[in-house]
Amino acid sequence: MYDVAVIGAGIVGTSIARELSRYDLNVVVIEKSSDIANGSTKANSGIVHAGYDAKEGTLKAKFNVLGSEMYERICRELDVPYRRNGSLVLAFNDEDMKHIEMLYKRGLTNGVKELEVIDKNKVLSLEPNLQDNVVGALYAKTGAIVSPFELAIALAENANQNGVEFMLTTKVIKVYKEKDIFVIETNKGTVESRYLVNAAGLFADDINDMLGGEKFRIIPRRGEYCLFDKAVGGIVTRTIFQTPTNKGKGILVSPTVHGNLFVGPNAVEMDRKDDVSTTKEGLDEVLKGGSRSVKGLNARDIITSFTGIRATPDKRDFIINIPTKNAVNAAGIESPGLTASVAIAPYVVSLLEEQGLRLIKKENFIATRQNTKLFINMSEDEKREVLSKNPMYGRIICRCEHITEGDIVSAIRRPLGARSVDGVKRRVRAGMGRCQGGFCMPRVVEILARELNIPLTEVKKSDEGSFILTGKTK
Amino acid sequence: MKKDLVIIGGGPAGLAAAIEAKKNGIDDILILERDKRLGGILQQCIHNGFGLHIFKEQLTGPEYAQRFIDEVEKLGIEYKLDTMVLNLSENKHITALNPRDGIIEIDAKAVILAMGCRERTRGALNIPGSRPAGVFTAGAAQRFVNMEGYMVGKKVVILGSGDIGLIMARRMTLEGAEVKMVVELMPYSTGLKRNIVQCLEDFDIPLLFNHTVIKIHGRERVEGVTIAAVDENRRPIEGTEQYVECDTLLLSVGLIPENELSREANIKINFITSGAYVNELMETSVDGIFACGNVVHVHDLVDYVTEESYLAGYGAAKYIKGEYIKDETGFNTKTGFGIRYVVPNRINPKNVKDKVNFYMRVNDVYHNVDLVVRDGERIVYKARRNHVSPGEMENVKLSKEVLEKVEGSELVFALEEVAK
Repeated sequence: MYDVAVIGAGIVGTSIARELSRYDLNVVVIEKSSDIANGSTKANSGIVHAGYDAKEGTLKAKFNVLGSEMYERICRELDVPYRRNGSLVLAFNDEDMKHIEMLYKRGLTNGVKELEVIDKNKVLSLEPNLQDNVVGALYAKTGAIVSPFELAIALAENANQNGVEFMLTTKVIKVYKEKDIFVIETNKGTVESRYLVNAAGLFADDINDMLGGEKFRIIPRRGEYCLFDKAVGGIVTRTIFQTPTNKGKGILVSPTVHGNLFVGPNAVEMDRKDDVSTTKEGLDEVLKGGSRSVKGLNARDIITSFTGIRATPDKRDFIINIPTKNAVNAAGIESPGLTASVAIAPYVVSLLEEQGLRLIKKENFIATRQNTKLFINMSEDEKREVLSKNPMYGRIICRCEHITEGDIVSAIRRPLGARSVDGVKRRVRAGMGRCQGGFCMPRVVEILARELNIPLTEVKKSDEGSFILTGKTK
Repeated sequence: MKKDLVIIGGGPAGLAAAIEAKKNGIDDILILERDKRLGGILQQCIHNGFGLHIFKEQLTGPEYAQRFIDEVEKLGIEYKLDTMVLNLSENKHITALNPRDGIIEIDAKAVILAMGCRERTRGALNIPGSRPAGVFTAGAAQRFVNMEGYMVGKKVVILGSGDIGLIMARRMTLEGAEVKMVVELMPYSTGLKRNIVQCLEDFDIPLLFNHTVIKIHGRERVEGVTIAAVDENRRPIEGTEQYVECDTLLLSVGLIPENELSREANIKINFITSGAYVNELMETSVDGIFACGNVVHVHDLVDYVTEESYLAGYGAAKYIKGEYIKDETGFNTKTGFGIRYVVPNRINPKNVKDKVNFYMRVNDVYHNVDLVVRDGERIVYKARRNHVSPGEMENVKLSKEVLEKVEGSELVFALEEVAK
């Protein structure tokens, strides 16, 4: 019997799990995928929004601004790459400028600090590679970038360090109440819990239905992205937005915390929640949109493209409520959800407390989590020391990102460690570079098989069914 | 550590360069190889057809490599395996890493770049669709099948008719997989004619020209691909889409010289070949750094890699011994009609031993043309070609005497219509 069961191990679920792990509670996180952050969290813009976008008075506005202020500390505590690079919303005409003035005022109302409307000269002096027809911009110095999946993994690891259990590859089939206890039927058996949190992302509406909460729907909205080689990662240093239209926030161009550049996303409503394919039209749209802002984007420099799916609620604002006694929904957490999640978590915990969950602070709560320091990021002394202890750090496996066998093994051996090729990639970046695993993937497969003590044929790219090899040769 | 000559890469290029440098009097040589054995990518090319020019016989890749490895051993040339070069500077300082020695710092008098090339991947093509398991570059698949003994799929579509893709079509078929088709964007193959015959035609595997893969299907593992015909601008033609069920997509869509280190050393890179500009001794734009093989331009035949690498080894030896003449004498090579690139890019005839072999690729398929080399209006060389294709590298040998007589500042390589 658990005190709290959290359904979903995306950025929302892992934030809540970590928050709960501060207290003396038995907590379990139930995730249908084989890894943390395998849904919308792994494929989004990775932007920590300043908070001028969301309409005054909404949950989005409230938690965005709160979250944005919490980010730096959390990323420091959890050793996650985060950079306050600032963001610009570009205006290309008078109408855009008016909109930007409105965003500026909205930002002030929402409590965003360090906002400024700047003119063309200032814009171009900050970012010389922007298109010349820019006329001005809203400059938000508190805008930042983060690696979303690394943050979710870090939150999960830290929660796990503090005693939270994770059930991966575990799909919730049915939830019902027996007396005051939630009975959660899964493909891996039945879990019982006194309290329940629905952080099921795209599928939060299904869970809400199981809980009998007031109806809402999650509408999947696709966003396509192109990721560029590090060689062009410096075209812009800030995150470049366009003035939003009624169609959405427009295509953004941004550096990533690892020095790449991305362009995206578009926004296409879909009828399926599991279709993460990209389309020719979408990728063209994204590239064209990015080129409206920035000069010198060349399709030749693209190293990969991908689709993320937003969990858009039909109610427009985040849905954070009580579907049934002793449960909390944290649903429809679309943009600025990544930013907001860290602030939503303590609020969700307070809603549990209001319903009777006793919160007794753990005396031995471990507030910090140390990431595996990649060999390539070590100082000369650290390199020599680690090499003297473990020769595996002397073998480069991923040539593009200079990731060593030692780095990969440690990603596998960590708490909630990598269990698939994609898991390795997201933890230590092997396969993230310009050759996209062309060279290192066979080697990563070998290392996974050896470390997990499984045959090569059982090593997977990601989830169940994503096998890489089909059998032995004749 | 100080070394006279460091060679980065122990594949066919690095091995031949080392041997030739040693034979020309350089003893203090070190080869750095990132794999666990010498021989490079040849070790996974277990088919035959290697060595027809150099040895006048048919060898497999590992056999071809072994001849050079044996000679390196016999000559006592030092090498380090499992060793990755992390950094190369303009003043020839090298930082490398391996499990045995840890971090290795070397100052070299001369460096030969022989890092070879890598395959273009799906990302570079930006093929839309999902991102399931089952999409491999042909070379990665070849490694699994030939080195590890594992199959990568059962029903295969191959995109691109590069040589590795053609070879893998046959290999997968022999291992019991069903290779449904090879689709090629261009109206001609980028692979060798002999591979099309021996690897596709002999096994009745269809080769569709002017086609490409426009979408990949399948959530966890590939379930199929959509192919379509393309127009003369290489754009898919609406209405020609066709779904092909398969569990594997192999990509053989081109090779890219691996010049990350060269860029760090500020070596000038040719936009067309993606390799360094080189001169008559295969020296790059940086003094004392030479380059040879697929890191300079992608070859189809290892024999030519070997020849080119002998030259780089000879050049580096001359440089170290101080016998290399650096003056303003000489001329640039230039491409004219029909020629996409030519290597080397600059010739100083004073340093030429007896001849220079100019390697080049044409930019389209042509029939019945003359390959002409001109010094101004004067024809230096002219030879009939019945059929030329971008997939088959052309070469022209010009002797030292001929090169010494060039008066202009440019030697132009071009295709010309045969005079009626």
